[in-house]
Amino acid sequence: MTPLSAYLVVAALIFAIGLAGALTRRNAILVLIGIELMLNAANLNLIAFWRYGPHPELLSGMMFAIFSIAVAAAEAAVGLGLVISIYRHAKTTDLEQTNRMKG
Amino acid sequence: MGFIFYLISAFAVGGALAAVLLKNLVHAALAVTIAFLGMALMFLCLDAQFAGFAQILVYVGAVAILVVFAILLTKGSEVPIEGVFSKSWFAGLAIAAGVFALLAWAVLRSAGSLPDAAAAPEVTVKDIGNALMSRYVLPLEIVAVLLTAALLGAVIIAMHEKEGAKQG
Repeated sequence: MTPLSAYLVVAALIFAIGLAGALTRRNAILVLIGIELMLNAANLNLIAFWRYGPHPELLSGMMFAIFSIAVAAAEAAVGLGLVISIYRHAKTTDLEQTNRMKG
Repeated sequence: MGFIFYLISAFAVGGALAAVLLKNLVHAALAVTIAFLGMALMFLCLDAQFAGFAQILVYVGAVAILVVFAILLTKGSEVPIEGVFSKSWFAGLAIAAGVFALLAWAVLRSAGSLPDAAAAPEVTVKDIGNALMSRYVLPLEIVAVLLTAALLGAVIIAMHEKEGAKQG
């Protein structure tokens, strides 16, 4: 059986990759993809702690992960809607050119 | 540590790295789908079958398709001439590397005191349904309201504004 720390290190690595993507890419859609990767890494941590925790039959970590997946889906829908709306206004999704919120 | 764990984590980390590094946005969306699939396989390795299949349904099925649609609607498939990384990419990379170093240091330092593997929990989908309908019924209802609000909000935000502009 794989130790818990291996899962935690993989989750930390994916979180860092997502953070790097969100901080360094110019395209707004890629920034959203980076945020999704970070959320996914957090879910992996929740599931891993649920599996190795003292009372897995209480399902706390599992429920947390399921609700987190649902909230992430809502976030992705609204975020991509915002990107499409910004593209319609500014004709670009480049974050270095979209530097004002007024239309 | 099993060979399968290495294989799956290489899958997930490789997909995530490719998603962040690839210049063409459509390729990046396909790579992030691979990363989501790797995470779902990792959930299955952790005996969380329901969460794993929910991950496949929501991320691989819905979020990836949504991302591809957004890319095609915003002409994001053309690679920009001025490059895909921002001017302050070095600072972003340094922050991400610092965060990873801190997290990995914390995990590896406390590796001795982390709990060992217990026996695989006997959790059926029926148990999850019972828990959702009894102990977690309030969060479930709130998530339902949130999803409805997000659906309406996404449609209203992305809707054409021509009619609103005429009235205003």
